[in-house]
Amino acid sequence: MTKVNVKCAKRGRLSHDAMLIALFADIHANRQAFTACLDDARAHGAQRFVLLGDYVGYGGDPEWTLETVMALAGDGATAVLGNHDNAVADPHETMNVEAKVSLEWTRGELGKPARDFLTALPLTVTDNDRLYVHAEASHPKAWTYVTSTVEASRSIVATAAQVTFCGHVHRPAVYSLSAAAKMTAFTPVTGVPIPLLSGRRWLVVAGAVGQPRDGNPAASWLMFDTDRREITFRRSAYDIDGAAAAIRGKGLPAWLADRLFRGA
Amino acid sequence: MGKPRLEPGAVIDGFRLGEIVHRGGMSELWRVTRDGDDRSLLMKVPLIKEGADPAAVVGFEMEQMIMPRLSGPHVPKFIAAGDFAVQPYIVMERIEGQSLLPRLRHLPLPYDEVAEIGVRIATALDALHRQHVVHLDVKPSNIVLRPAGDAVLLDYGLAHHAQLPDLMQEEFRVPFGTAPYMSPEQLKGNRSDPRSDQFALGVLLYFFSTGRRPFGEGETLRAMRVRLWRDPEPPRKLRPDYPPWLQEAVLRCLEIEAAWRYPSAAQLAFDLSHPEQVKLTQRSERLRRDPITTVLRRRFNTDLKGPRRKTDAAAQVSSAPIVAAAVDLAGDASLNAALRTTTARILATVPSARLACLNINKQHRLAIDTTLDSAGQSKQVDRLVGLRHWAEPLKLDGARLTVHVLDAVDPADAILDFVRANRVDHLLIGARDPSLMRTLLGSVSAKVAAEAPCSVTIVRPQ
Repeated sequence: MTKVNVKCAKRGRLSHDAMLIALFADIHANRQAFTACLDDARAHGAQRFVLLGDYVGYGGDPEWTLETVMALAGDGATAVLGNHDNAVADPHETMNVEAKVSLEWTRGELGKPARDFLTALPLTVTDNDRLYVHAEASHPKAWTYVTSTVEASRSIVATAAQVTFCGHVHRPAVYSLSAAAKMTAFTPVTGVPIPLLSGRRWLVVAGAVGQPRDGNPAASWLMFDTDRREITFRRSAYDIDGAAAAIRGKGLPAWLADRLFRGA
Repeated sequence: MGKPRLEPGAVIDGFRLGEIVHRGGMSELWRVTRDGDDRSLLMKVPLIKEGADPAAVVGFEMEQMIMPRLSGPHVPKFIAAGDFAVQPYIVMERIEGQSLLPRLRHLPLPYDEVAEIGVRIATALDALHRQHVVHLDVKPSNIVLRPAGDAVLLDYGLAHHAQLPDLMQEEFRVPFGTAPYMSPEQLKGNRSDPRSDQFALGVLLYFFSTGRRPFGEGETLRAMRVRLWRDPEPPRKLRPDYPPWLQEAVLRCLEIEAAWRYPSAAQLAFDLSHPEQVKLTQRSERLRRDPITTVLRRRFNTDLKGPRRKTDAAAQVSSAPIVAAAVDLAGDASLNAALRTTTARILATVPSARLACLNINKQHRLAIDTTLDSAGQSKQVDRLVGLRHWAEPLKLDGARLTVHVLDAVDPADAILDFVRANRVDHLLIGARDPSLMRTLLGSVSAKVAAEAPCSVTIVRPQ
């Protein structure tokens, strides 16, 4: 991909102002986790929201989650398409068995406005020198996981962005490409700001709001300070019992509820 | 916007360049001033041009990331950084005072002076390690003593921050450092162990006290690798009057296996400031290097060379705290027993901790100083013996236990002074029963708890 798809959801505008942007990925219909992250982000002074896809699937509250996402987008939040979101409308989307079960149920839960909203979501959004995308950016619709410097470098060189934010992996990570074309991988530490040095290019993998898989069950998100050019990963404790009860109550597989307690 | 020219009088982001004070292979240092700022400032500018050492760029990036996050008297205060896209620079406080480099002309230095320098540097390293940073380039030219005596560590271009991406590690995958000072594990590519800095400090102390570098000056990887299995000549072989306690401390810093060194720089500082309390082992007596069989075993024992788990400097330090217990030997026996039980519980959770037992020899404000007369001397010894007796059931190895009698008019002040001077992490002190005395005189433990810079546990009899 040589040209980056420049689009903004709803009336989102490109801005040069210094601000705090909260980024959420892989909410996966987890109402309790999403609520906790939104509250936490606002308490930390978030002025804008970026939603990196996979609003539905796995979790028990897809309708509420999409209503909230649509309201945020209406207020200027940026939202991109995830593979689970795409699969709602596209029956050809390949999914693993576990995802399929919850997806079939999700399809029946969503009304037309929600389905239309998902269909209209862009694969990528560019804002200044930043790129927002759900998975590896060289072929966004291939939904490739960025789990090593190999995929990270492929993604970085395929776009013009200085910083790419993605999700999909459910484990936070930071990759950077130096001026001498060497890659660095790093697992961020919660609450410690990482400066995104201007001499290199960066790919930031947000953790998952609704289904963390890095062994820490707390919901994962991050803040980008556009003025200081620093990212800070955050973890928000949430009502896991409530989220698990919603999954079980909807008749979804119990292990989708169980894994939330382990963060795995 | 074009790149501003670097010349005296030029202004970069409000900083006016004065004279150039240093021109190195990787960077230049300029004196700078700023309107409304009367501090003495330095601007470090990396030399990045075609064909320049890529390590210069990455080292500068590391420094730009790490320096703004450091605080305290042992690092130059960070003022500002310039964007790589325009003109990269770091503006920092200019430290008054000289680096240790000129001292090289006067080696070997007197032993007590070496120990004093060692305490200052170890204290600075401890402060750095607690901020999650391993310096990895400790050497005389990177250390400046402030007029007040605090050691300041310069140059974070090779440093490792446990909570930030390690750009150096990924970029090069070869060891970076200064050949004579580089630790064995650093040579093997491990950049996260705070005890690597202790090894470099050991090299410096050895050099300053003997006039010889323990591993020579060889710069080739082959020459440097010898230290992976060959121990240095014991200092006593070079200087027969070398104090055993100093050899004990220096050779412990230079242990090939990091696990055999001091668990923290603070514990090294503690030993160097209490020479009479250093536990002397076989290290202190050595007159020759390890036998060739030992060397060969190390050379071919791959077990010692396997990759190690990454460590966080601060976590490593916090697993090796200095614990102090204030014991009132004349006090209530049940309180002293409770104090010992609590001390044992705390030591059980941190096997690398060391314990300092304190006792206060209360002085009267108007009394003539009698500490040196025979009665005073024996009283002092009695108290030291009493402290060892109190600690005996804890069964601590001699290297982990020290005893101290502090002469003081005000017991609380004496304890607080000891805690500050020795970077004690955790203090245990007994609370006396509410009594007329306490009501009249106030509580020592309450004052200590209120003012101590560390955690304080107040113990009551069960």
